[in-house]
Amino acid sequence: MTRRAVVTGLGVLAPTGIGTKAYWAAALDGRSGLGPMTRMDPSGYPIKVIGEVRDFVPGDLLPSRVVVETALMTQYGLVCADEALRDGELDPGEQPEYEMSVVTANATGGAEFGQREMQNLYAKGPSQVGAYMAIAWFYAANSGQISIRHGMRGPSGVFITDQAGGLDCVGQARRVIRNGSTFALSGGTDSSFSPSGLVGQIPPGLVSLSTDPDRAYLPFDVAADGYTPGEGGAILLVEEAASAQARGVRPYGEIAGYATAFDPHPRTGRGPNLRRAIEGALADARTAPEDVDVVFADGYGVPRLDRLECEALAGVFGPRGVAVTVPKTATGRMYAAGPTVDLVAALLSLRHGVIPSTLNVTAVSPDCPVDLVLGDPREARVRTALVIARGYNGFNAAVVVKAVA
Amino acid sequence: MSERRVVVTGIGVAAPGGLGVPAFWDTLMAGRSMTRRITHFDPSDFRCQVAAEIDFDPAANGLSPQEARRLDRAGQLALVASREALADSGLGTDALDPSRVGVSLGNAIGCTELMEREYVVLSDGGRKWLVDPEYAVPQLYDVMVPSSMAAEVAWTIGAEGPVALVSTGCTSGIDALGHGFELVREGSADVVLAAGTDAPVSPVTVACFDTLRAQSTANDDPEHACRPFDRDRKGLILGEGSAVMVFEELEHARRRGARVYCEVRGYASRANGYHMTGLKPDGREMAEAIRVALDQARLNPEDIDYINAHGSGTKQNDRHETAAFKASLGRHAYETPVSSIKSMIGHSLGAIGAIEVAACCLAIDNDAIPPTANLSTPDPECDLDYVPVTAREQRTDAVLSVGSGFGGFQSAIVVAAPERTYA
Repeated sequence: MTRRAVVTGLGVLAPTGIGTKAYWAAALDGRSGLGPMTRMDPSGYPIKVIGEVRDFVPGDLLPSRVVVETALMTQYGLVCADEALRDGELDPGEQPEYEMSVVTANATGGAEFGQREMQNLYAKGPSQVGAYMAIAWFYAANSGQISIRHGMRGPSGVFITDQAGGLDCVGQARRVIRNGSTFALSGGTDSSFSPSGLVGQIPPGLVSLSTDPDRAYLPFDVAADGYTPGEGGAILLVEEAASAQARGVRPYGEIAGYATAFDPHPRTGRGPNLRRAIEGALADARTAPEDVDVVFADGYGVPRLDRLECEALAGVFGPRGVAVTVPKTATGRMYAAGPTVDLVAALLSLRHGVIPSTLNVTAVSPDCPVDLVLGDPREARVRTALVIARGYNGFNAAVVVKAVA
Repeated sequence: MSERRVVVTGIGVAAPGGLGVPAFWDTLMAGRSMTRRITHFDPSDFRCQVAAEIDFDPAANGLSPQEARRLDRAGQLALVASREALADSGLGTDALDPSRVGVSLGNAIGCTELMEREYVVLSDGGRKWLVDPEYAVPQLYDVMVPSSMAAEVAWTIGAEGPVALVSTGCTSGIDALGHGFELVREGSADVVLAAGTDAPVSPVTVACFDTLRAQSTANDDPEHACRPFDRDRKGLILGEGSAVMVFEELEHARRRGARVYCEVRGYASRANGYHMTGLKPDGREMAEAIRVALDQARLNPEDIDYINAHGSGTKQNDRHETAAFKASLGRHAYETPVSSIKSMIGHSLGAIGAIEVAACCLAIDNDAIPPTANLSTPDPECDLDYVPVTAREQRTDAVLSVGSGFGGFQSAIVVAAPERTYA
């Protein structure tokens, strides 16, 4: 019998709020976290609007010795992990150490930390590179630091599949639960707002250059012209279902289905595989399309990519066949963090029977035949939600979460 | 349903000492140390000035001009090794169902080498914090987000199944193989290119390891700078490279009459939950990973004919893993040859775990085991058989390979000779 994985704790840190409560309140109130760039002088850069996490004081939330040796992406992960454990009422010190795993995702590394030390190297010389560079900027730092902080010594991992990583790591968390772990802290975190990190996001030509925070990121809208980058993180406490029951902790939902599919190279002439990822996740969850109550769409905000997503959705659900929302219109695309934050929103929709809306979109494109939740949040009986993520170069992932009967 | 079994049907390697499997195996069997004074940049201002470098000409190794410009060195090495592994496997990519083919690529430090070169231009040599966007090259996003390399490898085989970059620091290579093994075993794919790649011989990474004082400073004797298990060891030496293996479901391989190098039998990883770089001397979590991997492989300690050690060349590591071998294998630890090929080809971070397993596959295939080079004065605290200096011919059916790395990750993988019943 396959061991089932449920989510019993949530931790979120987003431009709209630090902590699940703040994030969810902003999502239901329709408050945006997008705004003019303050992290650096924006005058030399074509990107003017981003989703920054504000009022984050790591020293208030983490020990100072940890703060000095970590990049922002890791601090976000540590703070979210703390919240998820509190929320799930789990004291890792009381659990078997090898039955607790940590599986994270990240896309851009510790961009600001890395640039600072790179500048030390080139402006001052090799001996001036800080002692923590070696353990702070790289992609494994997040899983490593979380594992060390909580003594979680089970099978762990770090996945990089650009933005799809925020779901791929949760798929892997479910795999380690199936293979024997009882708990897994899992999710994506990213922060790429240093000057070189920002400049790296320009060349693909997918970021909106709008100066108006309310008109910059408009997925599925006739006026869509790119996405707004954001930063943040989310960590889920994933738990084996029987353990949650024995502990008397009420799950937010079950990770019922997961699938991933990679796109062929464009020169092959073969089409993209997003639809296959969606169908795979539904099949894995033994769920028919008509049983899905809401889709948390990827919503790239790039007309060509929006159209492809709508074709996949229409293919599976029929045109306007399911409620679709993109709450990351309030946060920007937070790279590997984004899809995990969407999972949090999906799980909260299951719990509270309400779907957060898509901000700022006013005129859905005729190319995008989707039932987009606009304006006020939509009250609905939500038993099953689908979350979709895509990453640059052709990564597709989908997760189905279900209310636990 | 009977359990799906996973076999290795193709190998490609790019490592110091030569590109391609034959050159790689020659280097190991000859016990040739490939560490030398760094030539990729002028290392005079660095504490450590030695690395194991590959003499690599992208064009001569089949990369197109666009591939050569677009890709970081780590990506270039991965493409060359992927193409070799594919050709070796005899898989016709046209005959594959793309949705059943995956990629699991291990890599610790992304596209650092190209990232650093581009940073130098963007910042005008470190003068500008607010770097110049007009100097951004078209591939800058791919350089920043290294899943681009997994995508490149996927395009070589036409993979449209699960594709991911696995980045657990110095165990990335072995963990990527473990992930590929799980994908095939659980039925998510029939064929996975399981691989590792890294190219860390650039100023920023050498400076990082300098600050940790983890590298050997035997700058006046580069060839003998990496001395795992030797009393006079001074630290690790960075290397670069890539290894790619074709992991294939046994029946899939049998149906097409593929040549089988060996079977992947078990894999496990544990975290020490202790320190980002420090290791406790008892090797406890590595021992646990070894025990679980052996269990999964349904093998006893006595079945293991050879251990490919992490053997990075630091005192902390040598004692840590020696303790782990004793704790997990008991008395058999004293009877099992253990060697570190890092003594010859250096520590290529997220690549080396895959390169070491490639060496294990070849050890089984050739019934021979590579030595630990430069081991002339054994550390009395390390009292196992570390196969000093000279390769050995011996029957090799089951092999254990381990890795240990930043973040506290400890991993173990077991590969074994194909059983006669396969035929």
